[in-house]
Amino acid sequence: MLQEESDLSLIIAQIVQKLKGSNLYAQLERQAWASLQRPEIKLESLKEDIKEFFKISGWEKKLQNAVYSELSVFPLPSHPAAPPEHLKEPLVYMRKAQGSWEKRILKSLNSMCTELSIPLARKRPVGEQKELLNKWNEMGTDEPDLSLFRPVYAPKDFLEVLINLRNPNYENGDSLSFRTHLGLIQVPLKVKDIPELKEFFVELGLTTGQLGIDDSTQVPPELFENEHVRIGQKVLAEQDSAAAQQYVRQGSPTALRAELWALILNISSQPEDILYYEQLKTNVIQHDLLVDSLIYKDVKLTASNDDYYFVFEDYLYQVLLCFSRDTSVLGHFAYSSASPPKSYIRGKLGLEEYAVFYPPNGVIPFHGFSMYVAPLCFLYHEPSKLYQIFREMYVRFFFRLHSISSHPSGIVSLCLLFETLLQTYLPQLFYHLREIGAQPLRISFKWMVRAFSGYLATDQLLLLWDRILGYNTLEILAGKILAAAVFAFRAVNLMEVTSLAAAEAVLADLSTLKVMPLLQIFLFATVT
Amino acid sequence: MSVQTIRSVFSVETGYRLSDDQIVNHFPNHYELTRKDLMVKNIKRYRKELEKEGSPLAEKDENGKYLYLDFVPVTYMLPADYNLFVEEFRKSPSSTWIMKPCGKAQGKGIFLINKLSQIKKWSRDSKTSSFVSQSTKEAYVISLYINNPLLIGGRKFDLRLYVLVSTYRPLRCYMYKLGFCRFCTVKYTPSTSELDNMFVHLTNVAIQKHGEDYNHIHGGKWTVNNLRLYLESTRGKEVTSKLFDEIHWIIVQSLKAVAPVMNNDKHCFECYGYDIIIDDRLKPWLIEVNASPSLTSSTANDRILKYNLINDTLNIAVPNGEIPDCKWNKSPPKEVLGNYEILYDEELAQGDGADRELRSRPGQSLGPRGGRSRDSGRTVLTTWK
Repeated sequence: MLQEESDLSLIIAQIVQKLKGSNLYAQLERQAWASLQRPEIKLESLKEDIKEFFKISGWEKKLQNAVYSELSVFPLPSHPAAPPEHLKEPLVYMRKAQGSWEKRILKSLNSMCTELSIPLARKRPVGEQKELLNKWNEMGTDEPDLSLFRPVYAPKDFLEVLINLRNPNYENGDSLSFRTHLGLIQVPLKVKDIPELKEFFVELGLTTGQLGIDDSTQVPPELFENEHVRIGQKVLAEQDSAAAQQYVRQGSPTALRAELWALILNISSQPEDILYYEQLKTNVIQHDLLVDSLIYKDVKLTASNDDYYFVFEDYLYQVLLCFSRDTSVLGHFAYSSASPPKSYIRGKLGLEEYAVFYPPNGVIPFHGFSMYVAPLCFLYHEPSKLYQIFREMYVRFFFRLHSISSHPSGIVSLCLLFETLLQTYLPQLFYHLREIGAQPLRISFKWMVRAFSGYLATDQLLLLWDRILGYNTLEILAGKILAAAVFAFRAVNLMEVTSLAAAEAVLADLSTLKVMPLLQIFLFATVT
Repeated sequence: MSVQTIRSVFSVETGYRLSDDQIVNHFPNHYELTRKDLMVKNIKRYRKELEKEGSPLAEKDENGKYLYLDFVPVTYMLPADYNLFVEEFRKSPSSTWIMKPCGKAQGKGIFLINKLSQIKKWSRDSKTSSFVSQSTKEAYVISLYINNPLLIGGRKFDLRLYVLVSTYRPLRCYMYKLGFCRFCTVKYTPSTSELDNMFVHLTNVAIQKHGEDYNHIHGGKWTVNNLRLYLESTRGKEVTSKLFDEIHWIIVQSLKAVAPVMNNDKHCFECYGYDIIIDDRLKPWLIEVNASPSLTSSTANDRILKYNLINDTLNIAVPNGEIPDCKWNKSPPKEVLGNYEILYDEELAQGDGADRELRSRPGQSLGPRGGRSRDSGRTVLTTWK
């Protein structure tokens, strides 16, 4: 008991520390001072009266939301004497693997830089700055020569690294025993099994109404949809983050989704936020980064060719270019196993005083990165809000999809969960695919890394991302479960294929899939 | 059958008579709807008639604009209405107008003007036309250009919707659920310097595909469902549903306008391509109706869509895949509709089943009124009876 209490007070102290520096604190202070003018505030009961005032005026709610938002990314409690690296990633071999992966990426970036003799960063001449400012809203039409650029890495390269992860303390000998993993991932991490999943995702059960199933044309709206919309409007009126998060577990109505997500992610467009975005925009205008070309190339390769997202091409540039200059993103490295790559001013290689983070936000984009932003364009058409939502989604969820860690939402666990589920419940299919050289993970990996963006139809994708936000975990998405469910769904066809290419073909087009029925069937209706 | 062949089939000179088991895919005088000048003429006539009858549909607001029937931009015929046009032009001299040749398609010959001098040639008593005889001067229509289109991703787009009409009297029409939006490849700007840039203003694929940024994978096309999702997410469900209801209303009204003059030959059915533009106040405008909508495809998705379109159209027009008999009652069973939905069925509307057509869920089953204002709803049904 005592330990828990002291843990709790430690957490409280840390959150208070963090919030003290935020804008909300300043606003609360101002409000408190202003409230002294009000007649109901009396000197004798000053503290209670102010508290009461906050409650009525909705400021308490805002504070609650902020605390809730901090908690959602708070690292799991650990030993007080643990060094900071442990907070990022407790397992040493994982840290090492992530470290060497990062070195590889940086090396690749640097070599591209020297090959093409383009500096990593340079200041733009004034003429170019003016031109870019004029073209800010239509950067898609400016087609610089990108043929020499290649993406720094693609998901399949990352997969190779993950496959080769080994825990040095875990010796299972050369002989095949029942402990050996049949799948590609050979790391012994704890993942949830179906009974645990069922408990965790209880709101997705067969007896609970869902958007994505119960709003289809055959079901009369009175049964579920109307009531659900009404509750949604109430949640928005209350402006309560926690309630919103609970609410979207059953799906969010399209008209309310943009606001609900903003509420859950605790984004409100304050003037300071807009100003911050404008500042980032100025940074983009003034300096040109090598990473920019990578972003251009990625957008042109992925989103521009996508049936759903090509319309928003220009928004993607506006968001991603600013994103790579946003140093506030560096904050997430405190709880991520990754570390931002460092670069040195020319001529001062190795001298710590001249090291800067490159790119400024510490995130090197890979092939498909822009697809994280694309679906959000359907919800927000105002660039600075779109930017904030994306940034928050990235530092809460997406970063885990491309860094090596043991976190349950990390990509390694997701892959392992996927493989375990498939092996346990569809052993025949799994074995068959393995025999023909089509390890299922090879196919589903890219779905998971991209959070299914670009693979599912947009309205289905948004329903899926509703659940990610609702449960604050990626376990549902990436697929694991969903990927496994997809395989189960196409199992019959897959049993017949005889090659990796054919398997890929069967699973190539996910655009007609309906997410929620699949999930429900796999989780709750499969005979175990 | 192409429109040229239809002309000869139905022309008085050839004396060709269609037998009972022959069905053709055009109405003899479809041009009443599909020629830009005749369409506007018919709609204007229809509005005047309704006004004379005192129908609530023809109600006007305090500025003299029709409340429910104002869905075609102000249009004049040139050279016939030149003087009327000049009068209107002078009322708002900073407006832009779009000149379209009456009988052409695929965006050919279209240009924008914002000064009277640009259309001197069409002035009736113009001296420069002395060596060009009046009769060979091509007929044009000039419409007020909608310079505030709804932009998505900063780009202008229009909607292409397919509507199948199996008979005009009683009016029976079906709307294809899978229409699409055609986007321009270049960002929209109302600036006068770009008035000549057709890539900014004209959404026809025939034009856009020659643009530098044309992409062959998606072809600059979006499905109507995507549009719906986007609008519902960013603008809310009510306004989106209202928009779609208005679009259905426009289509039905335009068909009703030409129904009296259409030669309702029982051998005919027709699938039209409706072009609709939405402005930034979410008001839809009818731009034109095409008799021979392009059935070629520019992308893979397109090919699937058009294939299904043809398939479903023929399923409705010619039941059961048997040799047709033109005497049949043209009421296909629900199962063969495929991706079509009943847009308006005059027979049903006049029967007791009228109210049942009015579903509370917009966009699903399209009744004769959609979600329109309730007062005109009931009374209109009675006048149509």
